[in-house]
Amino acid sequence: MAAQTCVDVRNEWDIVSARQLGRDLSKELGFSSVDQARITTAISELARNIYLYAGKGKVCIEPVKDVNRSGLQIIASDTGPGIQDIRKVMQDGFTTSGGLGAGLPGVKRLMDEFSINSSVDIGTEILITKWLR
Amino acid sequence: MLGDRDILIDRYKQFLTAYLSGRTEQALYRAQQFSRKMLEQNISPEEVINMHSTVLQTINGGIPEEIRDSFDFLIEVMMGYGMAYREHQILRDKQKALESEIEVAASMQQTLLQGDIPVTDKLDIGVISKAAKQMSGDYFHFVQNRPESINVAVADIIGKGVPAALCMSMIKYAMDSLPEQENHPSMVLENLNRVVEQNVDPAMFITMFYGNYNTDIHRFHYAGAGHEPGFYYDAKNDNFEEFMAKGLVLGVSKTTQYQAFDKDIEEGDMILLLSDGVTECRTSKGFISREEIVTLIRSYMHLNAQEIVENVYSDLEQLQDFELRDDFTLIILRRSV
Repeated sequence: MAAQTCVDVRNEWDIVSARQLGRDLSKELGFSSVDQARITTAISELARNIYLYAGKGKVCIEPVKDVNRSGLQIIASDTGPGIQDIRKVMQDGFTTSGGLGAGLPGVKRLMDEFSINSSVDIGTEILITKWLR
Repeated sequence: MLGDRDILIDRYKQFLTAYLSGRTEQALYRAQQFSRKMLEQNISPEEVINMHSTVLQTINGGIPEEIRDSFDFLIEVMMGYGMAYREHQILRDKQKALESEIEVAASMQQTLLQGDIPVTDKLDIGVISKAAKQMSGDYFHFVQNRPESINVAVADIIGKGVPAALCMSMIKYAMDSLPEQENHPSMVLENLNRVVEQNVDPAMFITMFYGNYNTDIHRFHYAGAGHEPGFYYDAKNDNFEEFMAKGLVLGVSKTTQYQAFDKDIEEGDMILLLSDGVTECRTSKGFISREEIVTLIRSYMHLNAQEIVENVYSDLEQLQDFELRDDFTLIILRRSV
């Protein structure tokens, strides 16, 4: 299995690098063009969140294998301010109404798996997975 | 899942080929119907583009690489729309759930509001109360604690919808828990004032009118807390006059005292109590004046009290193009004998 590859996110250009990494790996794994677009959009959103709200962090991407399927896993982590009320940011219409893009619920819907861990003043870690159909 | 997708692609190909060979309106109409079907199956925009590109690659010897790749670009552009579409669907479902919840709450409120309207041959009573939204901020209540004693309360919570309705429920329970003998209008208002002052947000105001009608001596004993003035119809002089009881709205100060007033009611006289939804009826020409309401009442005065309130309501509803802006409550008490 290929090793984990990470991209540090500090500025807007790093968002593109993270997308590129996701694009290359998802293409390599054989995801369809629509799924490739979904994966890169999700990476884009997470990287943008890091850039906008945490200042810096990283996006790590690695191919994963289950018993009978394979896919791509992305971990976006930062040491930013953290999220006070996770329930609120996971609510539809909460972030989007402020014009902040798709928001975390949108990212969740693009992927097959989604989990989030966040502590105030410590940081946030979001793990998403897309399985090959 | 994959089967459905293949069927869709197959049909898309069929329709697209049909269109490209004849470019007929009928084929386009099929496309329109197909889009409805795709919406039903929650197919998002980026999937449609992908379908289009996939199909194009299989007909007429495929498409140039540049065009094929341009579809990947288009898919990327449409991702935002796809996400917005999915969010929209979820919010729509949420709204449906919320609406049905409010419906349940509204019917619960109706049960709360429902109370028997006393029947006596000495007093003809008519009542109508309609909510502008699903839930009402108007409250009315009748209690006949002795055969000759009929109490009537009308309250208006400033504001409408769910917050006003919640507040109304509280008033209802506060009223229910008053000692039954304590039906002196001024004392009722003083008691309620304390409850409201302690429990309600200072930004919320409640106005109220409380009266006690003694059918033995035909005397009306009443007090008001900033409530919209009603009307009094003096049958002997065939004259309408304003009917109000001065007093501070509920909840402003813990120690507010309310003054009670008395009025002797003659045969044929009418007491009309209302909420501001009656006087704040608005038409394209502006607010309906109190005189206009009097004219309306006058035109139905030959009917019984219930018929009067119903007719006045339906006329005002029509004048406003069936769009109620505020909760509407109108009560008529007419001395019969």
